[in-house]
Amino acid sequence: MEAGISRPLPGIEDRHAVPIRLTINGVERQLDVAPWTSLLDLLRERLDLTGTKKGCDHGQCGACTVLIDGRRINACLKLAVTLDGADIVTIEGLAQGDGLHPLQQAFIRHDAFQCGYCTPGQICSAAGLMAEGRARTRDEIRELMSGNICRCGCYPNITDAIEDVLKDRVSEPAMPV
Amino acid sequence: MAGAAISRSGIGAPVDRVEGRLKVTGAAKYAAEFNEAALLHGHAYASRITKGRIAAIDPSAALAVPGVLDVLTHENRPDLPLLRRHYQDEVASPGIPFVPLWSDKVLFAGQPVALVVAETAEIARYASSLLEIDYEEEPHETDLKEALHRAAAPWRTRKGYVRPKSRGDAPTAFEAAAVRIDGEYHLMPEHHNPMELFGTTVVRHDDGRLTIYDKTQGALNSRNYISKIFGYGGDEIQVLSPFVGGAFGAALRPQHQLFLAVLAARHLERSVRVVMTRQEMWSLQFRPECYQWVKLGAEPDGRLAAIVNHAVTNSSRLETYTDNIVSWGGMLYRCDNADLEYRIAETDTMTPGDMRAPGAATGVNLFEIAMDELAYAAGVDPLELRLRNYAEKDEMHGIDYTSKALRECYAAGAERFGWARRVFEPRSMREGRELIGWGMATGIWEAMQSKTACRATLRADGRLEVATGTADIGPGTYTMMVQVAAERTGLPAERIEAKLGDSTLPYAPVQGGSWTAASTGSAVALACETLRTRLYEMARDLPDSPFASTGIDDVRFEDGEVVRNVDPMNKRMRFEAILEAAGCPELKVEETAKPGMISMMRKARNSHSAVFAEVRVDEELGVMRVTRIVSACAAGRIINPKIARSQILGGIVFGLGMALEEESMMDHRLGRFMNHDLAEYHVPVNADLFDVDIIFVEEQDEEVNPLGVKGVGELGVPGTAAAIANAVFHATGKRIRDLPITIDKLL
Repeated sequence: MEAGISRPLPGIEDRHAVPIRLTINGVERQLDVAPWTSLLDLLRERLDLTGTKKGCDHGQCGACTVLIDGRRINACLKLAVTLDGADIVTIEGLAQGDGLHPLQQAFIRHDAFQCGYCTPGQICSAAGLMAEGRARTRDEIRELMSGNICRCGCYPNITDAIEDVLKDRVSEPAMPV
Repeated sequence: MAGAAISRSGIGAPVDRVEGRLKVTGAAKYAAEFNEAALLHGHAYASRITKGRIAAIDPSAALAVPGVLDVLTHENRPDLPLLRRHYQDEVASPGIPFVPLWSDKVLFAGQPVALVVAETAEIARYASSLLEIDYEEEPHETDLKEALHRAAAPWRTRKGYVRPKSRGDAPTAFEAAAVRIDGEYHLMPEHHNPMELFGTTVVRHDDGRLTIYDKTQGALNSRNYISKIFGYGGDEIQVLSPFVGGAFGAALRPQHQLFLAVLAARHLERSVRVVMTRQEMWSLQFRPECYQWVKLGAEPDGRLAAIVNHAVTNSSRLETYTDNIVSWGGMLYRCDNADLEYRIAETDTMTPGDMRAPGAATGVNLFEIAMDELAYAAGVDPLELRLRNYAEKDEMHGIDYTSKALRECYAAGAERFGWARRVFEPRSMREGRELIGWGMATGIWEAMQSKTACRATLRADGRLEVATGTADIGPGTYTMMVQVAAERTGLPAERIEAKLGDSTLPYAPVQGGSWTAASTGSAVALACETLRTRLYEMARDLPDSPFASTGIDDVRFEDGEVVRNVDPMNKRMRFEAILEAAGCPELKVEETAKPGMISMMRKARNSHSAVFAEVRVDEELGVMRVTRIVSACAAGRIINPKIARSQILGGIVFGLGMALEEESMMDHRLGRFMNHDLAEYHVPVNADLFDVDIIFVEEQDEEVNPLGVKGVGELGVPGTAAAIANAVFHATGKRIRDLPITIDKLL
């Protein structure tokens, strides 16, 4: 993934800026951030990591889910200044080179997205869910993935995809018969 | 057909989405994600009153915030053209479109009345909170119930409006009928809420040209809208929307962020982005609230004698928005007497707009609850009732269908669901503390086709590009285009690229109404057929051609080669070899596919479905779960069963929301929607979805369009909410005629 544009701080933000150190997708960065900047806006507006989506800015939709020190968190609810020293993984950091993460592969195979806007959040949330080790059944997956809204209504396909990866299997996608 | 081989990636193959990798890696870019180093950010400030005028605006405190460049209002905005036609987009309702910052008048709650432009979005948003605005408030009328007495038949209607057509003498037949039901049905307003916030990034080039990334269902519609208002020539602006984060009708018409971003970019001569907040999206169009009154009269065996179906929805004072609400029941069932009437009442709101299956989602679902009531009044199984009233024709217009496999839908859905095991009596099934109910309903939507052009370009390396100005808001249009092109040219899918979402591409209408597969698909097919013919002729006319003195029917196109049917091992040529031998660097054709107008009028074109639902209701708490849905659909030919299933699934989830969750609630004292966020406006989440089983029954249709496809974007919604509501009745014995069915209505 190309590095994109890393935007400088405008004047007003510069005067209030606080230096922090973040590891984002394995790359350590020294950043000066205004105290009111959310992690989400830092990623999208300054670092051009636009794979993390803004759907509500209120922690209600889950589109901005990223992994902070391995835990899934809504990036819109985290102020960047509070994250000094944190290790952050976004959707751009899940794939290993050209090889997609098993969740990414399973989402494609099960057609677990349509417009694709909630998808990075769904996948990061699913990665966090797997690390938590709490989901064993379909019902648990459905319950523990309910912080991520998909307005296109792909839920059963999302559940199928996550179940595949949890059970380390490759099942056939659901088909109309 | 001239021998195109059916490849594994052609029509009918369940291939993965071609843009899948971009979407799962975060590389797919949406309108607000095209970053520029010197980008400015605009924040729209919403009116705090619902109706009246702005007496004074004091922007000084906002302007004093470091990083703020300007505050645009009706007082200081640049001059704009005066005539309404400059603001009417491709799918506008008749009337005077709303124009932001037009004057001091406030016409609806949340109306954008100022745009603060600053170096960052945070600064713009903060500074907007410092605007001081004095209003002169006027009384508003927003309550449809209060406005019912002044509802009237729409005196001006938009394209696509079907005037309800009554027949026989339904009031008299109703009075004389042996079995009768009579009820008022109601649907609350709904908002689309696509996951992506409305946003536009305007990149201003040094010479004044604009590249506009817009969230839209039609890049050409946005381009034409901006061109007309601001007087741009053909190549001075380009609108791009390669990916759209859902829309469901909300992005059919240009929204205020597009207008404001362009206005600011021109005024400040800078690149500008405007993104809405989630709350702001409740000031946009919505699915209008509806009151529907249904009287059904029948013979003792349930055969319909009278349908009386009247409905009122709201529109705004600006434009006349109409829906097709009452015609569906009149089309679907055999009945000599039908009295159908549709009226609208103007309220002080934003103009409503199309939302997934507009009209049918409301009208079919409410009517199908009434049909269930009739089944119980007559003591006839709800499925049997529909079969006894089955219509072979469109009963409202008295014309044949191009095809109608609804009977097969009923049979296949009932079989899969196990409907035969259902006990007729309500409250007859339970498990533990949960009552179990089984309900069903009919669904119907239109199979439309619109004029669409497509350009097909075969390049020297043997790769094909098919391009048209349509959108892909999620239905899989990119993939569909590749599959149609693969089938028509015999090229493998990996060598075909689809291009869309760009105002410089050949004409396509906005994406909506389930017409894209038929319209864009037909255009791609036609362009590829022409390309194939031209390529064949090019090959035939080569010196020492292996196809000398043949006709096009003597060859086939497979795997990137033209192959002669006789002696195929020796008489064949690769596409790129033909171009090279002919000295042609690329072969480019453009074709326009149009629907057959006469056939359009002579026959009805509709898709159908039969939906079966199981609900479980906690008897003490009233908590409802939709544990099973089977939807059997007749939608013509299915281009990609995997993706088409997802479309129906998405429609079903919308129907589930309509049945049990979604409602925008207005405080009529304030005239404002109060639950304007995703915590308080409930949409279905993963935990709400259990088993969903989707069936496509065989439906061959040579007439509906050249591809025989009917579209599947809307069909999941009509019928689903009714099947769930009818299952709730079967579980509990309580008939709720007011959607959504929330717990308070059940207890």
